[in-house]
Amino acid sequence: MSILIDKNTKVICQGFTGSQGTFHAEQAIAYGTHLVGGISPGKGGSTHLGKPVFNTMYEAVSATGADASMIYVPAPFAGDAILEAADAGVKVIACITEGIPVTDMLKVKATLQISYPDVYLIGPNCPGVITPGGCKMGIMPGHIHLPGKIGIVSRSGTLTYEAVWQTTQTGLGQSTCIGIGGDPIHGMSFVDVLKLFKDDPQTEGIVMVGEIGGSAEEEGAEYIKANIKKPVVAYIAGVTAPPGKRMGHAGAIIMGGKGTAADKFAALEAAGAKIVRSPADIGAAMKAYFPG
Amino acid sequence: MNLHEYQAKELLQQFGVAIPRGTKVTSQQEAVEAAKALGGPLWVVKAQVHAGGRGKAGGVKLARSLQDVEEISGRLLGSTLVTKQTGAEGVPVRALLIQDGVDITNELYLSCLVDRSKKRVVFIGSSEGGMDIEEVAAKNPEKILTVAIDPIAGIQPYQCRNLGFQMGLGKDEVNQLVKIMTGVYNAFVQKDCSLVEINPLIITDNGQMMALDAKITLDDNALYRHKDLAELRDPTQEDEREHIAHEIGLNYVALDGNIGCMVNGAGLAMATMDVCKLHGGEPANFLDVGGGATADRVARAFKLILSSDKVKAILVNIFGGIVRCDLIAEGIIQAVKEVGLTLPVVVRLQGTNVEAGREMLAKSGMNIIAADDLTDAAKMAVAAAAK
Repeated sequence: MSILIDKNTKVICQGFTGSQGTFHAEQAIAYGTHLVGGISPGKGGSTHLGKPVFNTMYEAVSATGADASMIYVPAPFAGDAILEAADAGVKVIACITEGIPVTDMLKVKATLQISYPDVYLIGPNCPGVITPGGCKMGIMPGHIHLPGKIGIVSRSGTLTYEAVWQTTQTGLGQSTCIGIGGDPIHGMSFVDVLKLFKDDPQTEGIVMVGEIGGSAEEEGAEYIKANIKKPVVAYIAGVTAPPGKRMGHAGAIIMGGKGTAADKFAALEAAGAKIVRSPADIGAAMKAYFPG
Repeated sequence: MNLHEYQAKELLQQFGVAIPRGTKVTSQQEAVEAAKALGGPLWVVKAQVHAGGRGKAGGVKLARSLQDVEEISGRLLGSTLVTKQTGAEGVPVRALLIQDGVDITNELYLSCLVDRSKKRVVFIGSSEGGMDIEEVAAKNPEKILTVAIDPIAGIQPYQCRNLGFQMGLGKDEVNQLVKIMTGVYNAFVQKDCSLVEINPLIITDNGQMMALDAKITLDDNALYRHKDLAELRDPTQEDEREHIAHEIGLNYVALDGNIGCMVNGAGLAMATMDVCKLHGGEPANFLDVGGGATADRVARAFKLILSSDKVKAILVNIFGGIVRCDLIAEGIIQAVKEVGLTLPVVVRLQGTNVEAGREMLAKSGMNIIAADDLTDAAKMAVAAAAK
């Protein structure tokens, strides 16, 4: 078991023939991902990387029975790509694209909530999702992973790799790793992912890596407190970040005093998570729960 | 990206928001001419800078005569304004807004922004305008009202009426608020703003509601579809190094410490700063070289860090995913060759092609301290900066 994806997941790549799509689709295939084809409007009928190219997601899903999609479409077109995947019936969508305008994502998010409530959107602006040894949908380096027992969820890409590397070094390995993305409006939240890890028998421990801003970590902490019995190791980046560099006043107000690293650490500690003040300590802190 | 007050007001006016009459000027002579055209007898001279707290810093002055206008303009233009939001170095005043003096009977607060938790555009309204809204939130949280807008339905008049009556406004004022909020919302979504703040939103002695001040921040990610607004960027209001970073596509924020940091990924960059601090150091900057870092970008990032004389040591922390460690090493070597290296550099590489990267650095003959993990790297950088 694992969550969201495994070796049987049939993956489509949107933005298949672009440079990013090509590079990461190649990497995914090399990793053993069951990539069944890609989308490139106007190039339908051709093949790329030895896989069929389709004009639309509808064609792709009907021809291949795909159940997941990874998106490498440029930002101006990425919101459209997410909704196309959802409408074509794909259930897991990982949108890697960085720089999608917030107003686009507001509409995408509201539409998913109303019309496609059972679709899992990961990202955008994220490293994607990987079930080590089975399926890689994203830009993470496959070779640092090890199939194992730790579920990892993070807002940051490279910090996810840090947690992955340390849990590989300590021999614990990972069940599934998800970067939920750093954009203000994104798909799966910490809580959405924690719910899946809670019920996954392969996942015996959870690493949660957060950042300053917003209140998603606090909501995750509340969920952990009420529902999760598995060990949780948590780290929050941004203790030293200067406040209000981007948003000015009103941003801080709406959060009702939430959003600082100190608040998030406190909430997670109160929820029973083992907090680490340095990301370099994640692996050792988790290993302590699994001696031998 | 931030707009100046006069730009923000012009934009809001296009969407039906009333503003006081005023003219943007860049010289003393223009200021007097603008004041004459407005007629007086009362004017407000407002420094156009990208920072809040202008009033308390002396950047907003009342003028009761043309001589006043001339004198205040002369003093402000070309000066540097230091407010609580600018840091000690301040921001240059290159333009002024000469505005008609209006008689105010009530000051309100209105802003519009994205609420991450609600996943909606929200309005914040308060009857307590004209002062720092954070103070209001701290002292009278019940005076802070919010309303969330459904992105598919868009803003509805009942939502504006509800906010207006809760703010204690009368029928006529509420009707004006409906028009203003609708205009602000349309501007927000059509022009891809991330913040619109009107503080104060005033009611004049003849009952008209207007934006006495306005602040707009635009979503940088959407500037590609608003070329006209992108041209309004004012580099004189940005930290010089932050501006250079923007031009070359790096994510850089200047800080006060002495350890220059170069990292890939925003989360890891913040974490690297935190680990420096944890081991007794102070970061000089936040710098994310991004996922697509090439040797050339790394070299330019390195030069950017070295251009600050505060920096006493450099810490490079790269976890190669898409970024290959050998390319990072090549960039570091290239930069050091070009600018000459006098400072200690601690490098921690991990991930894709790490062996090749480490070997290149070791063979380069340069004074580069290699570290295996983040803790060691931070300790070494802190020690090196303290020497």
